Order: sequence, then structure tokens, then C-alpha cells
Amino acid sequence: MGVKILTIKEDILGANAENAKGNQELVDKHHILMINITSSPGAGKTSLIMQTIGRLKEKARIAVIEGDIASSIDADKVSKEGIPAIQINTAGACHLDANMIKKALDNLDLDRTDLIVIENVGNLICPAEFALGAHKQVLILSVPEGDDKPHKYPLMFTQADVILINKTDVLPHFDFDMSAFSKAVTGLNPAAAVYPISAKTGEGLEQWFSWLWDALEQRKA
Amino acid sequence: MHELSIVESLLTVVLENAERAQATKVLKINVVVGDLSGVVDDSVIFYFNFLSEKTIAAGARIVFTHAPARLRCRACEIVFSPEKLDFHCPTCKEQQVDVIGGRELYVDSLEVE
Repeated sequence: MGVKILTIKEDILGANAENAKGNQELVDKHHILMINITSSPGAGKTSLIMQTIGRLKEKARIAVIEGDIASSIDADKVSKEGIPAIQINTAGACHLDANMIKKALDNLDLDRTDLIVIENVGNLICPAEFALGAHKQVLILSVPEGDDKPHKYPLMFTQADVILINKTDVLPHFDFDMSAFSKAVTGLNPAAAVYPISAKTGEGLEQWFSWLWDALEQRKA
Repeated sequence: MHELSIVESLLTVVLENAERAQATKVLKINVVVGDLSGVVDDSVIFYFNFLSEKTIAAGARIVFTHAPARLRCRACEIVFSPEKLDFHCPTCKEQQVDVIGGRELYVDSLEVE
């Protein structure tokens, strides 16, 4: 047999995209809102989730999918609150993919869930490449990381539905220019909501809770 | 590590298509990579050589075609390809852009026998 050229034009992450679509169809069937939280390591994903659980657990049935390189520290914190938590250890991989989420969904009681919070692996780069099937993308940036991040990692900012600027309690100690940051974000993503918060002191969290509550109400409707 | 999972998917796409065409060997893989996909050629080759061992794609050459990032400035409406990851418009210097190209990541064609 001689040399043959096969023209295929097939998306390399096509299988992941299909799985992501399947995940969304599955949660849609159960009228669940699924959100995907991404940030750098240490920006405050787990603190935000704990605050959100504290505020909403009486009003909505929450489940958490925790992506971590190896440990189960975050899932343990969530479980202590009586919230179902599925730990995914990515065994070194820097992101979650749709297939991991599919397996986690199989282990949740979807009939008794209103909100699924996915805590992605801390990383501002490649979680953007791997769709999971979440309805909303939440991006956290913390004040110590600097207001220049939308210029350095523009892609992540183009994909978020809501951008939370965490750790506003330490603003006096950093040269973080909030208006320059908001302008840069709006330039990249005019549709995103931008809320300064402190997951530690609770400052600004009301805006986040009401954004999330609105998204939940829209799912039920 | 990011390239590892991408190369796993790449290899699956390559082997499925090659086997469907009843090929016995994959000689060349033409891949289109957008400049915004964050994929590094050398890492792809590194993982590919390792993962493709003992498959009909072992030893295949990967040829990369890079698709430039393309942005449209919402302020002055020009379309430009940014240098590196600088998303500021070269004309009006604003960073008010929509991404319209550069996220491609697909296998364009295979050369098999």
C-alpha cells in the first residue's frame, strides 16, 4: 500500500467537548446550576466556597467537586459542613477535564442537588482550555497577584461570567489599582460582572451571593 | 502537564482515523495550533514520542501550522494579530477586544501507508 493523505480536520479536544456537553445535559435534566471556579493557587477559591456554603446551605442543596493535585484538605473542610464533596485528585495534571466531572456526577445524588460548585485546580492558564459543562465560569483574582493580570493572562478574563477580586482587606498594603483593573477587565469582557470581595471579612460578598442566587433562580424557572 | 492530556487526545484522534483507513503506519501528522491555545510544540513532540511507542503512529513526524491570534478592536474595529499576548490595539492602544481567532487545535490531515 502506497502513501495516502487522510484529510480529517478533527478537533483534538473534541472528545472533551462532547463529554462537557453530556455533563451539562445531565445536570440540566435535574435543574441543577453548575459553576466552575478557577484562580491561581491561594487566591481564595476554598474560602469563597466555604462562605457560600455558610450563606446558602439553608436555601439551596449544594454539592462540591474538588479538584486537587493530590490532597483532600479542601474536600474535608466542605464535608465538615455536611455538604456532599467529591474529591478528584488529578495525579499531577494541572486542570480538570470533562470526563473527571462525569465520574464525579455519577457519585452525587443529583435529584437532591440544586447547585454544584466545581473547584478547579489552581492555575490561570490551562483550565481555560478544558470545558467541563458548567453553566457559569467564575474567576477569582486576589489583590496580592496584582492589577496587571488581565494584561498578562487575557484569555482567562475573556471567558469568565463573573470576576471576583478577593482579599480587598489587604488593599492598603498593595499597589493594586482597582479602577485600572476594572477598565482592563471590561475591555476584554464587557459582559462579566466584577465584584471586589473579601472572603475573609465578608466585605462585598452580598453582591456575589445575589449574583449566584439570581443564576440559581433562573435555572429553576 | 497540560500537553500530556492534549497529546493523549491527539493520539486517539490519529489512531482512530488511521485504523479506519486500514493504515499500517502513520508517517506524518499535520496539526493546526492556534497561538492562543497555549500548546508548546516541543512538549507535544516529547509526549507524543513517549505515548505513541508500540502504536502504528510510532516515529511519525508532527508538522505544526500555527494559526495567529486574531483580535477585533471594539473601539476602532480593526482586526489585528497581537505580538505575543499583548492584547492592546496597535492603532488606538486600548485593550477592548474580541477574540476571533487563534484558539484552533485540530488535526488537519495524516500521511499514512
